[in-house]
Amino acid sequence: MVTASPAPLLQVEHVTMRFGGLTAVNDLSFEAHKGQITALIGPNGAGKTTVFNCITGFYKPTEGMITLTQESGDNFLLERMPDFRISWKAKVARTFQNIRLFGGMTVLENLLVAQHNPLMIASGFTFLGVLGIGGYRAREKEAIEKARFWLEKINLIHRADDPAADLPYGDQRRLEIARAMCTDPVLLCLDEPAAGLNPRESHDLNTLLLSIRKDLGTALLLIEHDMSVVMEISDHVVVLDYGTKIADGTPAEVQADQKVIAAYLGVDDEEVEAVEAEVGIT
Amino acid sequence: MTAPASTPAARERDLKAALKEAAFAALITFGLCIPIIAWGTRQNMDNVLVLDPRWDAVAWAVAIVFVGRFLVALRQQTKDKRKPMVRLLPHGTVGFFQRHSRLFSLFGLGFLVTFPIIAINLAGWSGALKWIDNFGVQILIYVMLGWGLNIVVGLAGLLDLGYVAFYAVGAYSYALLAKNFGLSFWILLPLSGILAAFWGMLLGFPVLRLRGDYLAIVTLAFGEIIRLVLINWVDFSGGYAGISGIPRPTFFGTPFNASDTGFAAKFGFEFSPLHRTIFLYYVILALALITAFVTLRLRRLPVGRAWEALREDEIACRSLGINTTNTKLTAFSIGAMFGGFAGSFFAARQGFISPESFVFMESATILAIVVLGGMGSLWGCAIAAIVMVGGTELLRELDWLKQVFGNEFDPTKYRMLLFGFAMVVIMIWKPRGLISTREPTAYLKEKKAISADMVQEGHG
Repeated sequence: MVTASPAPLLQVEHVTMRFGGLTAVNDLSFEAHKGQITALIGPNGAGKTTVFNCITGFYKPTEGMITLTQESGDNFLLERMPDFRISWKAKVARTFQNIRLFGGMTVLENLLVAQHNPLMIASGFTFLGVLGIGGYRAREKEAIEKARFWLEKINLIHRADDPAADLPYGDQRRLEIARAMCTDPVLLCLDEPAAGLNPRESHDLNTLLLSIRKDLGTALLLIEHDMSVVMEISDHVVVLDYGTKIADGTPAEVQADQKVIAAYLGVDDEEVEAVEAEVGIT
Repeated sequence: MTAPASTPAARERDLKAALKEAAFAALITFGLCIPIIAWGTRQNMDNVLVLDPRWDAVAWAVAIVFVGRFLVALRQQTKDKRKPMVRLLPHGTVGFFQRHSRLFSLFGLGFLVTFPIIAINLAGWSGALKWIDNFGVQILIYVMLGWGLNIVVGLAGLLDLGYVAFYAVGAYSYALLAKNFGLSFWILLPLSGILAAFWGMLLGFPVLRLRGDYLAIVTLAFGEIIRLVLINWVDFSGGYAGISGIPRPTFFGTPFNASDTGFAAKFGFEFSPLHRTIFLYYVILALALITAFVTLRLRRLPVGRAWEALREDEIACRSLGINTTNTKLTAFSIGAMFGGFAGSFFAARQGFISPESFVFMESATILAIVVLGGMGSLWGCAIAAIVMVGGTELLRELDWLKQVFGNEFDPTKYRMLLFGFAMVVIMIWKPRGLISTREPTAYLKEKKAISADMVQEGHG
């Protein structure tokens, strides 16, 4: 068991997200710690991706507070920041459920776009770069080296100069993770990284995620349906059902939780009456 | 032509299908022709509408479509899917050009620099004016406008139908400031660019949230607003009458005239109006080359990559810390800036401007240059500009056709017809433009051109 640092890296407190009359996330609170892999699971439509969108600034939560505390002690209230600043300042990166790569750009270019902000400063916000003054060339070389590091890590170095749309599905998934990692995040949010992968690719993904956690100390927050991934690598599991947290604990604890089993598998016929009485349907 | 059908029966069936398709196309043409071609309209002495039946023209149109569609349909039946329908250039030509693009760039540059000398040698001092002015300067203005719009449409993927507004801003900035304050061309050239860039930002703000069709409509309206303001605010811009007597550019202070202090006298030449034209030619050439240079540089800078990333996927951009608002605004303003440069040059060259020069048709022409050339490709834009603008100018040279079709025949009237025809041909032959591959901006081992199938066109 990894010891949790005193101030959690990410603290989600009483977050509620309503779309008109629909409450997608209801009073959700959980924490993610540095150097840990936190999994967010739940049946389809439980509100997992909505939580992600709130954390990464794509949605503004209706209620609640999301705090990110970096190692330096800087605090960021994510629910108040625009999405691009969350990535740039608070260092939260994300991937998408349906892969969103820049298909017409090469694999290398995808990784360079991810280093936009530091390169932008190096190019003197374009003014110096156009005139060819300043250290942009050198910084671009460093950026390419960083991209090379990640390409070697995800085993795609031989495809560096091919368009991203040309890659097979599994490679695209890994490239998206590498692209997110090129922003130097302290928290990486992965939305179903194992979806559509075969068992072998799924295994490679586990290795990659564990190595990201171990070598770079990046905390991971992942949504996943593939229980082999969740149970194998996560330190901490949060279970959502209909926008409400129903369980929170280690994988073993969650696996044994009756509510979780009921949410995933339903309940026996004999128990239906008891459950209905509990909820108030006669 | 109707190649291999294994059995006669199959071949017959093919013919039947082709005939059916051709007949259908002919029927549609006929339907379209009835309101458009079937009756010529004119007014007689009493202002009463007279309809002249022109069924022969309809018959021609229908027959041409029938035969054309029939041949295309037959051809398609035997078509190998991978092979293009028409091969105008031998196999591998484009690849050859792309491999040696540096060589061809140098060659093209050499030609452009020596073009006035070539024109003078071939056409003489009096004949060269037309070639340098109507062809050289005119085409280069459109090349520059095309490259400017290419930043907005081709790189950032924002469909801008009102680009001519920035051209107008540049032109009126130069005209008004030069006339009223007597500032020189060399001060006003950058100033008009900056003013146009400012207007680009101004347009950018309200349209930031719009995409696709909506963006196109608002930019179109913006172009019209600028034009209507220029027409109606008579005190400011002279309305329909425009502004005349705009100071002409000088050779760094030396005017181009026949006086003793003029350019010719100072440098010991015999006076010729061609001097100014040649000077203007080199100015616009330099401006166009600056545009190309800056565009190529920008593509390799983070801002250029962010534009292209924005065209590919805006949401992913935001997740990577790219401020999409700023990125879109820089695309609009830098594109507008080059439009402004071209506009101020245009005003200086013409000496007279009016809102007539900044109609929607101009925006459409510039956009057509970008789209036909292949979005994002500088070479493509240049070639498309030469074909579109040079082609129209060439129509004026076809006076000999009068001997064939009679004296009333005016080739320039067929400009729009050819324009449309060129569009249709490009749509069928190269739907993503003449040069549709994308050059990567960085590479590890080798630079491979990216096929257009991968590249997004942008969602506005």
